[in-house]
Amino acid sequence: MSTRVVEPTPRVVESPQTPREAGGDRCLVLWFPGWPVTAWALSEGADVHQPLAVVVANRVVACSPEASAEGVVTGQRRREAQSRCPTLRVLPADEARDNREFAAVLDCVEQLVPGVQVVRPGVCALRSRGFASYVGSEAEAAEVLLESVVTTLDIATGRAGVADGLFAALQAAYAGDPVRVVPSGESAAFLAPLPVSRLGDETLTTLLPRLGVHTLGGFAALGPTAVRDRFGQHGLRLHTLASGADPRVVQPRVPPPELVRQIAFEPPLSRIDQVAFTARSTVEQFIAGLSAAGLACTELRIEFTGDLDEFVARTWGTPGMFDAPAVVDRIRWQLQAAAGDQLGSAVTGMRLEPVVVDALANHVPGLFGTGTDERVHHVLSRVQGMLGHDGVLTPRIGGGRWLAERQELVPWGDRPSPASPSAPWPGSLPDPLPTTVFAEPRPVHLLTAGGRGVAVDDRGMLHDVPTQLRDGEERRTVIGWAGPWPIDERSWDPVRHRRASRFQVVDGTGTAWLLVLQGSHWWAEGRYD
Amino acid sequence: MTDADLSKGELLERLRAQVTSREARLRPSPYPAPAELVGLLDGGLKPGAAYSLDTSGALLAALLAGPSADGHWCAVVGVPEFGAEAAGHAGVVLDRLVLVPDPADQWLAVTAALVEAVPVVAVRPYGRVREADAARLASRLRDRGSVLLVDGAWPRAEARVTLGEACWSGVGPGHGYLNSREVTVTVSSRRLPAARSVRLVLPSPDGRLAPIDRPVVAEPAAVLRAVG
Repeated sequence: MSTRVVEPTPRVVESPQTPREAGGDRCLVLWFPGWPVTAWALSEGADVHQPLAVVVANRVVACSPEASAEGVVTGQRRREAQSRCPTLRVLPADEARDNREFAAVLDCVEQLVPGVQVVRPGVCALRSRGFASYVGSEAEAAEVLLESVVTTLDIATGRAGVADGLFAALQAAYAGDPVRVVPSGESAAFLAPLPVSRLGDETLTTLLPRLGVHTLGGFAALGPTAVRDRFGQHGLRLHTLASGADPRVVQPRVPPPELVRQIAFEPPLSRIDQVAFTARSTVEQFIAGLSAAGLACTELRIEFTGDLDEFVARTWGTPGMFDAPAVVDRIRWQLQAAAGDQLGSAVTGMRLEPVVVDALANHVPGLFGTGTDERVHHVLSRVQGMLGHDGVLTPRIGGGRWLAERQELVPWGDRPSPASPSAPWPGSLPDPLPTTVFAEPRPVHLLTAGGRGVAVDDRGMLHDVPTQLRDGEERRTVIGWAGPWPIDERSWDPVRHRRASRFQVVDGTGTAWLLVLQGSHWWAEGRYD
Repeated sequence: MTDADLSKGELLERLRAQVTSREARLRPSPYPAPAELVGLLDGGLKPGAAYSLDTSGALLAALLAGPSADGHWCAVVGVPEFGAEAAGHAGVVLDRLVLVPDPADQWLAVTAALVEAVPVVAVRPYGRVREADAARLASRLRDRGSVLLVDGAWPRAEARVTLGEACWSGVGPGHGYLNSREVTVTVSSRRLPAARSVRLVLPSPDGRLAPIDRPVVAEPAAVLRAVG
């Protein structure tokens, strides 16, 4: 198999005013240096103007300008970077975060120019011709795009490069301050002095200098046949790039379908059933749009705006998927909950946004018997409407040593947080467990015969014999007790460190208690009743 | 053989059997109860009935365990300190358990809504229960065939289940770990003049309800003495 080397063919000049821009496939690349750091700052809402570095496999892959000023560079070992800049904040890499935050930049660019290609998070490419002739020149086009990103997202690090082909444009962006335009047909000359490491290929980067080839120009000067014989097809492709003839064309991304639906109420509606009725067709469009994309919405965000500029938003979950009546129910419930204090005026607008979607195929009703659970879900949703979202809970056993933290109560419809209940929890209780677990610690007193509080010394030993348990006003005789069983957890964390002793106490009425002594305070964790 | 040939006792027996079989045909089968309590509860938890219970998490969990293991949904209303993990160990399937910890004064409306679809609903009434409310809920229970387990008093309950003479084993003065509790469960039914009781282990060392199995020979262990 052989690859044909595509030479840039000069085209007929179409617009006499800007002959410079009439080359082959002119490409504009926007580059945001240190994107992982910027993405982290955007997602955390943190300040990017501090020494930051994203580290993968112990090597710095991106750093903030403040960190660079201290001597941190890409590719450095973490330890070395930290020794250069002791205040450096090391961040974990997260490719999903980089991509997610870059979507905002793409949206911003697509407002001005359609057909953007994502090269990687932090780098995007587009065809410059149409936009450049609209704005006036390529340099101005790049400046307009960078300016729009600065004003919309407040990201001022962007650089732009315009050249023939993607590779040359990317190199131009690296050289940009902030914009570098390589005139048409001059890409090869522009690339010639650059080092071969710019090809991004490890083998060639180490091998070519040993063969006496240090620059892209030198590499391009080699004959294509010789390059193919020595480095194969891959080498030949890189040789083409180095010659300034990038065969790749910009592949515009397909913008994701618009699933969000909005409706403005004109005139504003002041009654809940009016809103629910008017919103019905929008809701149906919303659900139809999702179904057309083969998606089922499992988490939904509903936003209302009021006449007096109030804003009420809430995210709803469901164990199944939302259909149109369920969404209308949520609209009604949210308005009922918000009416009065949060939303004191008529509703002027509503926005529906799918937060979590799933493949529709996973939510097709089974052929046989999902009936009972559907009915239960319906009733529980109704009770939720009466009491609020947190009113109906499903228990789930998670990890932990304390009874109350082990039983995790998840509102109906919400996704439980992933936990590892199977992890060994030294100090957690064996069976039988207390059947009553006090959600709030219940203060009690365990007293000796002399009426003093029972205490445990520093070695976790008990010297007194408990004889009386005081629970509020009630006095109970202690007929049996066992303990103390010490719990010392998170000793590495000064805030969450907790040291306590557990006791089991049986009182005269035959009720057993699980008591905890923390410091000098006794409280009941549970009751065996 | 005509009816006249039968003795009075045999006739009575036959009539009783007929009545029972007819009732059985009319009424749906009861929800399963723990085997040790089946006799006391007349075969299980009757659909449409309300049971009044003592405040005991172990008893509640033991009664929920049967229907829950049978694939039914259960709900617990108004018990914020319900020990879900202990209930899980007692046999309640937590995936089909719903908690409404704090319905406050809406407890009756919530319970009425839940019995529509949830077959077993446990509730701790908030304040005093009015006779009229109980009657309205009772008719809905009969209509839906759900069971109501009430933590506290309830007007016109099918039966009242109480616990007494609890005795924990396993913990001594300063040593041991709670092992099990022997307790007397008493059921006083509306239909029976006398209350019936049984001595049970609740909870047993694995957290469930169990019959008492006394060791056959309770030989006192030989006393060991340190010598030398």
